[in-house]
Amino acid sequence: MTAIEVRGLHKTYAGRKVVDGVSFEVGEGEIFGILGPNGAGKTTTVECVEGLRTPDEGRVRVCGHDPATERAALTRVLGVQLQESELQAKLTVREALDLYASFYERPADRHALAERLGLLPHLRTRFGKLSGGQKQRLFIALALLGDPRVVVLDELTTGLDPRARREVWSLVESIRDDGVTVLLVTHFMEEAQRLCDRIALLDQGRITALDTPEGLIGRAAAAKVISFAADTPLDPEALRALPEAVSVTVADGRTVVAGTDETVAAFVSLLARRGVTARQLRVTDATLDDAYLDLTGADLR
Amino acid sequence: MSTPNTPSPATAILRTELRLFGREPGTLFWVMVSPTVLLVILGLIPSFREVSEDLGGRRVIDLYVPVSVLFALIMAGLQAMPPVLAGYRERGILRRLSTTPVRPMALLNAQIALHACAALVSSVLVIAVGRLAFGVALPGNPAGYVLALLLAVSGSLAVGAAVCAVSRTQKIATAVGSVVFFPTMFTAGVWVPVQAMPDTLQRIVGLTPFGAASEALDAAASGGGPGWAALGVMALWTAALTGASVRWFRWE
Repeated sequence: MTAIEVRGLHKTYAGRKVVDGVSFEVGEGEIFGILGPNGAGKTTTVECVEGLRTPDEGRVRVCGHDPATERAALTRVLGVQLQESELQAKLTVREALDLYASFYERPADRHALAERLGLLPHLRTRFGKLSGGQKQRLFIALALLGDPRVVVLDELTTGLDPRARREVWSLVESIRDDGVTVLLVTHFMEEAQRLCDRIALLDQGRITALDTPEGLIGRAAAAKVISFAADTPLDPEALRALPEAVSVTVADGRTVVAGTDETVAAFVSLLARRGVTARQLRVTDATLDDAYLDLTGADLR
Repeated sequence: MSTPNTPSPATAILRTELRLFGREPGTLFWVMVSPTVLLVILGLIPSFREVSEDLGGRRVIDLYVPVSVLFALIMAGLQAMPPVLAGYRERGILRRLSTTPVRPMALLNAQIALHACAALVSSVLVIAVGRLAFGVALPGNPAGYVLALLLAVSGSLAVGAAVCAVSRTQKIATAVGSVVFFPTMFTAGVWVPVQAMPDTLQRIVGLTPFGAASEALDAAASGGGPGWAALGVMALWTAALTGASVRWFRWE
């Protein structure tokens, strides 16, 4: 079953097309990522899903409900964590959970949620005194308080240290394990690669690619990266001539060749033919990072 | 924590905001305590407790009870409320609410109700201390006084709402609140009671929300009617400023 449907979404602000014909479907129980540089239209897209903005054009449905016109029905099935949103600084964690629980007819068990998100030791702590990771865990708890079928998480781990980020990632996986559909907005490659079942790459308001993380990496021209230091320098022209080689760079005595499995095989026989010993030879899979650069030609950072 | 009977959203929000209000010592002092402190300081000046022929046989301290009441309303409506509302908007709290079954208007309503109650409690405190410490007679026309007070509270909250509506950020709201603060203090008669102002000035001040409030409260305190003209001026200001706030308020 389709949890989220977005078809032909357009949104213009002050004459600038922010979202320009975005379409995707998210299946129930899926973690779907929207990935792209700042200003790509990610947040505007999810704000249309959350009912915070009305699309200029296009169709949006969340569990069959139109966010623009069926607010009551939408808020019963959708939980939201907003980018750069806060709570009252002097509100304690317990008070926030109690307050938000009162908004729902059948709220989730607050105690169980707080326990699962590691908030029990902080129930009496005021929002303003929480660490970044604790705040995000509280926001996840608030998003889950209404027992939603779909949650939207927008830039969930921005500003968190690596350890807190990993903790939050496990939480997102556990949410999905409960059968909740997750729409995840991020500009972290590693996050998208680790969590998402499928990813939509968004750039300048359009989807430039939509696939599984492995599919996206495979689609990139350079799926393998060979790097080595040679005793006797190899002729860069010979390297460039390798089948399916995409690029060759030489820096600080190390040579880096990007290509595919074909390139790697041909590279090994080239070494043998020339009798060259390659030291510190490494062959690595390209990351989503490389794929992103390849597929959009844009730099994420 | 997991009580089966959760309160209604409106009740829960009001209760939460009341608790948060209690956690702001500065606001508590300025709204709840400072108006009474103002009255006590003035009351400690011996000449202010003497009958003056210029004031029609009344004492300065008699005039300063309604003035201190208005001071409480200004503190609640203009100084305390706008930064809170602007901050809630700026920090995405209103936006966060609009993704739940509750509408963000519920939070604004709770804030308005809370500051209205705070202003009224502070006013009662001023009147009680005036009576007990300085022998200021209770309002001679209680019904008229209550009517004038309620209209004055609505007026000060409407001014505060308008300040919030035209200010994009919390900082701007605080700044605009301070700019509006001085003329309202003047028209409320904090520096010179309206009744002691020259005639022409008095008439002009009577057209402002707090000047009209001052006239109405003073008249009702002396036992007369609060004066339809003054009540009408307050009602007009409240309606106009409320309309402007609704028109210009931005949720984000």
